[in-house]
Amino acid sequence: MEKTVNQKAWFLVLPVLVIVAFSAIIPLMTVVNYSVNDTFGNNEFFWAGLEWFEEMVTSSRLHDALGRQILFSGIILAIEVPLGIFIALNMPKSGFWASACLVAMALPLLIPFNVVGTIWQIFGRVDIGLLGHALAALGIDYNYTNDSLDAWITVVVMDVWHWTSLVALLAYAGLQSIPQAYYQAAKIDQASRWAVFRFIELPKMKGVLLIAILLRFMDSFMIYTEPFVVTGGGPGNSTTFLSIDLVKMAVGQFDLGPAAAFSIMYFLVILLVSWVFYTVMTNLDREEQK
Amino acid sequence: MRVKPSAFVMTLYLLFLMVPIYWLVNMSLKTNTEITSTFTLFPRDLTLRNYLVILTDPSWYMGYVNSIIYVTMNVVISLTVALPAAYAFSRYSFMGDKHLFFWLLTNRMAPPAVFALPFFQLYSSVGLFDTHIAVALAHCLFNVPLAVWILEGFMRGVPKEIDETAYIDGYSFPKFFVKIFMPLIASGIGVAAFFCFMFSWVELLLSRTLTSVNAKPIAATMTRTVSASGMDWGVLAAAGVLTIVPGALVIYFVRNYIAKGFALGRV
Repeated sequence: MEKTVNQKAWFLVLPVLVIVAFSAIIPLMTVVNYSVNDTFGNNEFFWAGLEWFEEMVTSSRLHDALGRQILFSGIILAIEVPLGIFIALNMPKSGFWASACLVAMALPLLIPFNVVGTIWQIFGRVDIGLLGHALAALGIDYNYTNDSLDAWITVVVMDVWHWTSLVALLAYAGLQSIPQAYYQAAKIDQASRWAVFRFIELPKMKGVLLIAILLRFMDSFMIYTEPFVVTGGGPGNSTTFLSIDLVKMAVGQFDLGPAAAFSIMYFLVILLVSWVFYTVMTNLDREEQK
Repeated sequence: MRVKPSAFVMTLYLLFLMVPIYWLVNMSLKTNTEITSTFTLFPRDLTLRNYLVILTDPSWYMGYVNSIIYVTMNVVISLTVALPAAYAFSRYSFMGDKHLFFWLLTNRMAPPAVFALPFFQLYSSVGLFDTHIAVALAHCLFNVPLAVWILEGFMRGVPKEIDETAYIDGYSFPKFFVKIFMPLIASGIGVAAFFCFMFSWVELLLSRTLTSVNAKPIAATMTRTVSASGMDWGVLAAAGVLTIVPGALVIYFVRNYIAKGFALGRV
């Protein structure tokens, strides 16, 4: 749609600007302020320059948390994206069952994050949980509170349970937009199922899949509540991801300076990914208008 | 009878999704002794005690009331400010519009953990700590951008000729917006409201940081089921089930828009 230039539109945007600035810019400036100061309490601050940044860049604690975070996001994407596409391909195309599947699949997406944690905490417990109990009955030694591998598996399976539907729903929306004529043409050409997927469905889903990947990357990158409820970051530090570590540092130990420096670097990563996301979105919009 | 492989895959996947929820519901209907002493797939002595505990104890049900209050406030605030802004983004180009739109997106993506502590200090210093409005405003951080993006997605589908015709017919901007434009994008407003509701409802980190007693959300209340006599699993499970209910009730109406909502109004 051709847009008219109208600077007065700023007045319409002003309320959003004010309210988001209040809850974004002021806190962010507070963080910036902390990141370059040292404090011993009593609201006395001393200029610390880039000291905290240097400390954080070289801190092994941050490196470990970052490593775990990247590993986690990587595993999540590697499982959820192919699985989501696979589910979307198998979903009924229309009718009652399509609606039923949509509703059932969306359900986990709408559960409060800590309840997701609670569900899996209960479900995985060896004494009272179905999963833990079943595994124990099969003779598998499984205990997510003591064994870090088990804790990892639990957290990953929980995230797959929680979010695969998002990828599937987006992929499904992409599939629905493919005209029937494409499939008929493929049939005439006697294209194999794989060729249909590779040359018709995948290219058509490209846009929504990019959105799905970016969303899943962002949300898994800032995951906090679910692993916190299930494992509390443990056993040891094995499931302490970036957000958990950050909250521990800022609220638990009140190390404001390092925590703030940490936040800012965290935020820069977010900014970068958001920019990629935005570019993808605007390109999609442009394609749509063609 | 031949079973289609796709139906088989979907059944498996839906089972995977439903079993943990079934277990939660199952536990919420059991007594604590049954939970800890025996292992049963269905509650042997069906009890509603766990739900009664929640519905009769103010410290429990006030958690729900608090959550509903701040979530409602947040939805109202978000939609009120987002509607005109989304209109501006969809119809006009103005200085810095793209940058502003991008900046909004970064806020949707910002990790709440980064903001938890500054929010706590900000709202304490303006005397809003432990009030509903504080949580509602804090959740605007990600809900206002979300609402703007979703509404903009819906508004661009409305042809511009409608606006122009209305202006020629002598409508003023506010009258046109409320009388003609808003009914046209009613479904978009509904979807945006649903997603603001949802994201405010599921968020815990900020709402827990900003409240202590008076505005404590249900999600934070749930953390106190650990008592001297051990964990009160039944009540915990019942509280969990009750937090799923609001989402489950309205999910049917937005089923076709869920993908769109999660993708911020695109797709």
